[in-house]
Amino acid sequence: MSMEPIVTVAREKAKVKNAAWSDTGKDHFLSSLEKFRSGMNGQWSGLRRDAASRVRELGFPTSKHEEWKYTNLLPVLTTAFHINTDISDVTAADIRSLLPTGKDTELLVFVNGVFHETLSTLNTGKEVIAGNLAAFHTSENVNRHLSRYAPVSTEPFVALNTAFLSDGAFIYIPEEKRYDRPLHILHLNDGRKMPSMSHPRNLIVAGKGVSANITESYHSLGTHTSFTNVVTEVILSENASLELTRVQTENRLSSHISFTEVRMDRDTQFRTNTITLDGNFVRNNLHIVMDGTNGSAILNGLYIADKNQVIDNHTLVDHASPNCFSKELYKGILDDKAQGVFNGKIFVRQDAQKTNAYQSNKNILLSNDAVINTKPQLEIFADDVKCSHGATAGQLDEEALFYLRSRGIGLEEARVFLNIAFAAEVIRSVSNESLREYLMRIAKMKLRKEI
Amino acid sequence: MKTPILEIRNLQTGVEGKQILNGLSLSVNAGEVHAIMGPNGSGKSTLASVLAGKAEYEVTGGDVKFFGESLLEMSPEDRARKGLFLAFQYPVEIPGVSNANFLKTAVNEIRKSKGLQPMDSKEFLLFMKEKMKIVEMDKNMTQRSVNEGFSGGEKKRNEVFQMAMLEPQLGILDETDSGLDIDALRIVANGVNALRGPERSFLVITHYQRLLDYIVPDYVHVLYKGRIVRSGGKELALELEEKGYDWIRNETENVKV
Ligand SMILES: Nc1ncnc2c1ncn2[C@@H]1O[C@H](COP(=O)(O)OP(=O)(O)OP(=O)(O)O)[C@@H](O)[C@H]1O
Ligand SMILES: [Mg+2]
Repeated sequence: MSMEPIVTVAREKAKVKNAAWSDTGKDHFLSSLEKFRSGMNGQWSGLRRDAASRVRELGFPTSKHEEWKYTNLLPVLTTAFHINTDISDVTAADIRSLLPTGKDTELLVFVNGVFHETLSTLNTGKEVIAGNLAAFHTSENVNRHLSRYAPVSTEPFVALNTAFLSDGAFIYIPEEKRYDRPLHILHLNDGRKMPSMSHPRNLIVAGKGVSANITESYHSLGTHTSFTNVVTEVILSENASLELTRVQTENRLSSHISFTEVRMDRDTQFRTNTITLDGNFVRNNLHIVMDGTNGSAILNGLYIADKNQVIDNHTLVDHASPNCFSKELYKGILDDKAQGVFNGKIFVRQDAQKTNAYQSNKNILLSNDAVINTKPQLEIFADDVKCSHGATAGQLDEEALFYLRSRGIGLEEARVFLNIAFAAEVIRSVSNESLREYLMRIAKMKLRKEI
Repeated sequence: MKTPILEIRNLQTGVEGKQILNGLSLSVNAGEVHAIMGPNGSGKSTLASVLAGKAEYEVTGGDVKFFGESLLEMSPEDRARKGLFLAFQYPVEIPGVSNANFLKTAVNEIRKSKGLQPMDSKEFLLFMKEKMKIVEMDKNMTQRSVNEGFSGGEKKRNEVFQMAMLEPQLGILDETDSGLDIDALRIVANGVNALRGPERSFLVITHYQRLLDYIVPDYVHVLYKGRIVRSGGKELALELEEKGYDWIRNETENVKV
């Protein structure tokens, strides 16, 4: 059996260009890479060089590309973004206003992809490491794992991120450590002075038997456009358990593309929450490979969008081993002309007997112009499996709306109640209490059109 | 002379082209309890829904004044804020919305419209505790989602609890007694009686005299084919219990001929 059809099949170098790919944006990114490179240290120059040539070979997908057909990348590909490494403008107050987590949280702050040491609470003890990747570029764990999993040769935005590889969060928790303090990686794209892009790279390595809770949050500031193109690689060793929450509250001038690549060894538990409450254009790619038996993956997602927002979630759960369990629930609330995309792939390999895989995508459309394109894709090569999937799109329950209004609650607030009730199913699965409260608050603000 | 708080004049409504209320008139003064009885399908719940502001019913004629204002023009929330409350015959379940949470918003919306300060969480909890006693409401029911998984009787009790919380000027009870066991019937009826007062009126829709043993009405009306065909004192309910609706039917049909 071929292991290949999992990710977008790359166009071979020699093949003629077809309509699914274009050179738009290539020159621009590559020339800003030239400028950027001069300021970089020597580490990872090989990785960067190879990735840059991959960008040159691939180009970028057009809307004719099956995996990108609802997504207009042109605004991203044609804007003259800068990499602004001068991060001295950002103050503690800026960060505090954005910060969703509580005081007990260990915080790593990155601005435009650059590590902001004074705003971070570093932990670089002998055992647990929570710091920035660049500072650990000689570490064995970084060398062993960095860029080993993310599909750099097939995905142009992963290649682009790797071509710009310079820093991001590095979290390493060695064997048998419970790490009780929540860890928070905060990425801020600062568009206050110029159109800004960043290519942060995060690496999370959970050793055997480790238990941890990590949040990545993405924000932007300013009146210029911003583009964040992040890659996160996550490695769960045997028996490890990790909750990874991604919070996206960038502003309406922001574009965001993410690739999260997860490898699960045997007996691991992974719970991930992808919560998108703002941003002009967001495309999340979440790719989970269950490499060992008895793994459990829970994928929760929530997107609340209005006006012209486009929120696109592509997920893939690859059941490559027997006896694994996955459960996916993505919920969306779309108003005005907002567009949602959900593409959920589940692969069950031939050897992956006794797989249980469930997927569900539920949407509320608040206006006639809001659109959801939802597509489950199940490819099952084993015979002893339980799989199900379902997708719904509907309106708010009129009876329930009337009930709330008949108690004196105004129409708008009654809508917020019902929408929040719908969204809460996902928000509740975030176990960090202060983060959960923050998400509830922002979700309500979003539904009241206060953001 | 008293001015009625609710005055329904020649109300005609339909849904999907079907006429349901055919010229219904009724006046309710402050402090009065009016019972409305009538066979299944005669239009009792339709009347309640139209008064509460349910959009699917189309008013084709007549008008309704509530404290002298034209009720039919108001949004459902404004009607509630002005003191109208409907205890539904079939309360909906609203998963994910907690009873206490939504009631706090409702209470404060109504206070706001009366020019009162909103209650803070502590005040609200005390207030709620007090009102829970009225219908002997179980504490965990307020924490649960609105009516979700509630038994039929619990739903009805929750309606009366909400009415106690919102302290309306006019409470409309649509078959709040149906589905209640004997004890619950007594509790709910006592709850309603506790809310009775010179400034508060009730429209009690019921099929059974038994409720009216507890909530003694000032007037009893019989609704038949979308009109009130007979009104009387509390004895009328006893008469109906005894004779059924046939005599009313016969009389009404005969009058028509
Ligand atoms: N939304 C609707 N669509 C169609 N017909 C309706 C609707 N609502 C009410 N009706 C019809 O109008 C008539 C009156 O209904 P209504 O529910 O008001 O009766 P009721 O007096 O409350 O009866 P019951 O004692 O059974 O509760 C019935 O024939 C019913 O089928
Ligand atoms: Mg009825």
